[in-house]
Amino acid sequence: MLTPPEPDRTSVFLVDDHHLFRSGVQTELAREFRIAGQAGDVDGAIAGIRATTPDVVLLDVHLPGGGGRAVIDAVGHDLPTVRFLALSVSDAAEDVIATVRAGARGYVTKTIAPAELSDAIRRVRDGDAVFSPRLAGFVLDAFTGDVSAPADPELDQLTAREQEVLRHIARGYAYKQVARRLNISVKTVETHVSSVLRKLQLSSRHELTRWATDRRLV
Amino acid sequence: MRTAGATTDMRGGGVPPLRWRRLPRLPRSTTNRVLRGVAGGIGERLGVDPLFVRVALVVLSTAGGLGPLLYAALWALSFEPAHPLPPRRPTQRQTLSVTLIVTGTLLLLGQAGLWLQGGLVWSVTLVALGSAFIWSRSDADRRGRWGRFAWLEPLIGGRISLPRVLVGAVLVVVGLTYFATASGAVGDLGAVVVAIAVTLAGAALVLGPYIVRLAQEVGDERAERIRSEERAEVAAHLHDSVLQTLALIQRSEDGREMAALARGQERELRAWLYGRPRVDSDQTLGQALEAAADRIERDHHVAIEVVVVGDGPMDRAGRAAVRAGAEAMLNAARHSGAATVAVYAEVGRDTVQLFVTDEGKGFDPAAVGHDRRGIADSIRGRVERAGGTVTITSDPGEGTEVQLSIPRDRGSAP
Repeated sequence: MLTPPEPDRTSVFLVDDHHLFRSGVQTELAREFRIAGQAGDVDGAIAGIRATTPDVVLLDVHLPGGGGRAVIDAVGHDLPTVRFLALSVSDAAEDVIATVRAGARGYVTKTIAPAELSDAIRRVRDGDAVFSPRLAGFVLDAFTGDVSAPADPELDQLTAREQEVLRHIARGYAYKQVARRLNISVKTVETHVSSVLRKLQLSSRHELTRWATDRRLV
Repeated sequence: MRTAGATTDMRGGGVPPLRWRRLPRLPRSTTNRVLRGVAGGIGERLGVDPLFVRVALVVLSTAGGLGPLLYAALWALSFEPAHPLPPRRPTQRQTLSVTLIVTGTLLLLGQAGLWLQGGLVWSVTLVALGSAFIWSRSDADRRGRWGRFAWLEPLIGGRISLPRVLVGAVLVVVGLTYFATASGAVGDLGAVVVAIAVTLAGAALVLGPYIVRLAQEVGDERAERIRSEERAEVAAHLHDSVLQTLALIQRSEDGREMAALARGQERELRAWLYGRPRVDSDQTLGQALEAAADRIERDHHVAIEVVVVGDGPMDRAGRAAVRAGAEAMLNAARHSGAATVAVYAEVGRDTVQLFVTDEGKGFDPAAVGHDRRGIADSIRGRVERAGGTVTITSDPGEGTEVQLSIPRDRGSAP
């Protein structure tokens, strides 16, 4: 899904407490995107995002001062045009899910290849959801545990098709390959993934997930 | 009286056998001496603080000059050891013996009219017993760590035994009250109690801030010690894992090898940081898969992404899935040419499903070479022996996917 660089370039704001990682990503992304700014902690990120109103914020899950979700909680409401893409290297399921539930439109690991990261940023900018294999696994895990009485069946369960799409993503297939294997269009795959994202963000079911009970968070 | 708890551990600091049978001779202390080291020697042999022995000797001086006489006699009977002897740590039984001997001696002196007539001997005995109670809670090991603040430990240390302190305090107060009334200095019992209370309150006011500050320092010191122990543990782990890997990466010249080293380390560190605590020594299916993926990553320099949904114990189906999955990963790592291999496992109530996918060069399943046929057969053999099915889909240029599904035994469901 690589598109050629556009003249009016998407602005990207980097939030990561690791200076080396930030400068590496900046070098990679500067070819295609306009880097609006960067920050290494929650307060700096909030101020910087308010000042620059970027299209996409690349947001580390683990940040000093409250983590990535604190940034989304602070500015997500006031700046609805700003989209967030979460990334991290050491991903505990509950941290990732919490960041996505706070409003991030996707999650990728820091080991992602540069071309795929650019692709993910564009996807998030366009309002789509970005699910890495690991996030797909987390979500399947969260939604497949037994629930005696789902409060809202529409939000608390994934459809068979959505589960099928997520399973393929977890198996390492890109959206295009998922579409071909399931004989549906890429657009339909995107619709399913966005629907899963909506359920993940709105469902109260997260409290009943397997990992939450495992860790006695409930 | 300072006594140690039930520290009977005499290993290491073994006391040289003294020739008591020939002549009971006391080794003088070479390290703890004011005059000739006699009191120090007694203290070390009996396992009590020499200070108490000295106080006892001084107090006994009032009993018709008994103290100096006793000291001279003991000195004459003692000898200078060639090398310093380690102090003894008394057992509880020894402690009790010393307490009883001291009590008995006091009573005997009182009866003999040498010292402290009448009720006074009782009050002194009560005070001594009470003090022994109060001081006897701290064990020797902990006192050693507290250094010269050891005397504070019973007051502020962690193992305060309230009943003992109360019993000790009651004994001391009763002894003091008895002394005050019996000596006729104060006639009114109530006034004595008030006087003692006022004295104690005054002492608390005067010494309070000092004690609090000391307690704080000791607390800080303990917290710092715990912190540094944790730091040492983390440092030890990082040294064995991350630093070794970083060294290997610096020595490595092959980019793929570097990446594999880094990935293996990342996986290991993540497991260490976020790994679910193991209930027992058994691995879960997910952990076993990760371990297999890690081995193959290290040996073959490919990246293997493992995603597990609904982990479970390593039952018969799980073992078959992990072994067959490892074969499939190995196959992909060796022959596909792909840089990454995706592994997805879903552990359901009834089945274990496993997908091993690569985007490598693929092959025509109808026309495979002999070696690959063998691997495919070994995957198939393992799975089918466990009652499962294998589907291998591949096309030249399209990558390969090995898909296995193995039924789980009834009753092994989580």
